Amino acid sequence: MSKRNVKINVEYLTRVEGHGNIVINVKNGKLETCRLDIVESPRFFEGMLRGRSVFEAQHITSRICGICACGHTLASIQAAEAALGITPSEQTIQLRKLLLHYETLDSHILHIYLLVAPDLLGVKSFVPLINTHNDLVRRALRMKKTCNDVCDVLVGRHVHPISAIVGGFTKLPRPKDLEAMHAMLTGMRPDMEATVELALKLKFPDFERDTEYVSLVSDDNEYPMLMGDLGSTDGVRMDKKDYRKMTNEFVVPHSSAKHAKLSRDSYAVGALARFNLNSEKLLPKAKEVAAAVGLKPKCINPFLNTAAQLVECVHCLEDAIAIVEHFMSTPLNYDEEIVVGLNEQGKIPVRAGNGVGAVEVPRGILFHNYVTDQNGILTGANCIIPTNQNTGNIEYDLMKLIPEILDRTDEEITLTAEMLVRSYDPCISCSAHLIDIRFNGR
Amino acid sequence: MKKPKVAFFDFACCEGCQLQVANMGETVLDVLGLIEVVEWREVMSEKWGKKVDVAVVEGSITDPHAVKRIKKIRKRAGAVIAYGSCATIGGVNGMKNNFPLEDIKHYVYGDSHRFFPTEQTKAVHQVVPVDYFVHGCPVYIPEFVAVLKAALQGIPYYPPDYPVCVECKLNENVCMYDRGVSCLGPVTRAGCNSWCINNGNICYGCRGMVSNPNEKGAQDVIAKYKIPMELVLNKMNMYNKCRELD
Ligand code: SF4
Ligand code: SF4
Ligand code: SF4
Repeated sequence: MSKRNVKINVEYLTRVEGHGNIVINVKNGKLETCRLDIVESPRFFEGMLRGRSVFEAQHITSRICGICACGHTLASIQAAEAALGITPSEQTIQLRKLLLHYETLDSHILHIYLLVAPDLLGVKSFVPLINTHNDLVRRALRMKKTCNDVCDVLVGRHVHPISAIVGGFTKLPRPKDLEAMHAMLTGMRPDMEATVELALKLKFPDFERDTEYVSLVSDDNEYPMLMGDLGSTDGVRMDKKDYRKMTNEFVVPHSSAKHAKLSRDSYAVGALARFNLNSEKLLPKAKEVAAAVGLKPKCINPFLNTAAQLVECVHCLEDAIAIVEHFMSTPLNYDEEIVVGLNEQGKIPVRAGNGVGAVEVPRGILFHNYVTDQNGILTGANCIIPTNQNTGNIEYDLMKLIPEILDRTDEEITLTAEMLVRSYDPCISCSAHLIDIRFNGR
Repeated sequence: MKKPKVAFFDFACCEGCQLQVANMGETVLDVLGLIEVVEWREVMSEKWGKKVDVAVVEGSITDPHAVKRIKKIRKRAGAVIAYGSCATIGGVNGMKNNFPLEDIKHYVYGDSHRFFPTEQTKAVHQVVPVDYFVHGCPVYIPEFVAVLKAALQGIPYYPPDYPVCVECKLNENVCMYDRGVSCLGPVTRAGCNSWCINNGNICYGCRGMVSNPNEKGAQDVIAKYKIPMELVLNKMNMYNKCRELD
């Protein structure tokens, strides 16, 4: 077996990034090629932003990704406010945290059910489950819809949020809206418990590779998602302004996508990275789930990113309920509702500036960086999405994983490689998409 | 009766319009009961590749490969539904056409820009004939259901051709112009139930322009409220830049 030749060419399309391709070549039992090509989206958002008002940036960049619309919105607002020198109110910050929780929940649930369910139940995709596991399908759709509905109440819609803008919110939830959100969120608890039970039955492949994990970190006791410094498990810590020193993007010859690295050859972002850096700040209920699935920091099994997502689901749901309850007992200040438009009235002072937004979106840390002129017109923009930061790390994982499992069948090797890539949750479509695999030399 | 075959395809876009379907919750199962979904990359592994009754196409056509692909889809589809503003009017992708292609490629990708073949952004109907339009960024699901029904019955669907202001007034919103900011409602096609204004924001024109925009009337309003014209024109370009290719 050790002399075997394996050639795997796994082609698929990823959502934000355009086309993706896994290439694995084994010759005479030796790994010759192993790479994951991800080509960035040819939609040119950063280029298109130039010349537009900084007050339009949120509306435009939300449309980079339908799944992470709120995450892009929040990173965009943060970068714009940093450039303009605006400090948001405490109320605004809390509501933004709530919005981010909604999206994390929404995205993680989609990922867990689209991936975990078919893998666990041994089917190719979610579709056959409609007939065989109708309850499970209905639960997934119900949870997904709840996340969407609470977003509707808070910001008008999830894709694409309407009322979250630079400076605050154009519409604040009324008492009846808070009650509605509270009822929907608490109503989700039984489904969440069922989800945890489902996930507990999952067998994650045994595989470990030590790497550096990067996420937001902070000095307070809150699990940082919206705000904080940049930190790593190798002890790096810096201000988000210095994000370029964190990502150190470089072009790799075999791929047109950029890779990122910090203290080592690659690093990882996402739920597992956040867990590894901040697990002690999770809410007690989430800690219980972490213990039940056997997740402990520093966990270096990338397959367990899905488990970390599950833990975060519980955390986000409970913290969202806490935020809503807070505003049910301490009324919102409705004077903070703003009308900004394109700032025609000059209500928000503009200035020439350079601002960075760093937000933990479902798949990891997302950076937006805007440069404005003295009229608030964008002269430069840069966005670094989580998947691009993970690509290099996935390749190194594959390089270690493939030689370890060469004694298995082609199908098993392919499935395990696919599962590894999927565990990083690069996106929904590539997770669920048909993967063409060709083996060679057997 | 055999169920009509429906396929979903995506081009350059955020895929948010597809997600709107997932956000229907359990009612999506009722819709799926009436049709046979034969291709849908986002949720299915299966590839069909043959004739379909209805092709739902999301996204803009932005590169040579996409042009070839949409032509093939057109050939094997009974009806083509352009789904979402990226598909119906070019949408936000159209802003790319504000810049020379070489410039924008170079800005985003530097020296590796040659890896990214790109063309001017086009709406789907600017490349192949389209039978139905579901406007919006994102689409408004009740309208999509209406269009899908029409397509399955083979009858035409006419999106509203009056401005968002009509819906906005019915919803009793205070006009944004009275609040001192500009809004594209007067020239934008209704059908979203004035979604953004109901939530305290302005209309950005995501559903495209009405076919006979009262441009004079709109200009008068804009002049009355002393809003710089270039600001408004630039805003119209956000979604409607591809209009000049019609
Ligand atoms: S129309 Fe808007 S929501 Fe729909 S795919 Fe395009 S960018 Fe996304
Ligand atoms: S201009 Fe805008 S805010 Fe005013 S009525 Fe029309 S749609 Fe509504
Ligand atoms: S109000 Fe305007 S921007 Fe908002 S959904 Fe309707 S047409 Fe689109």
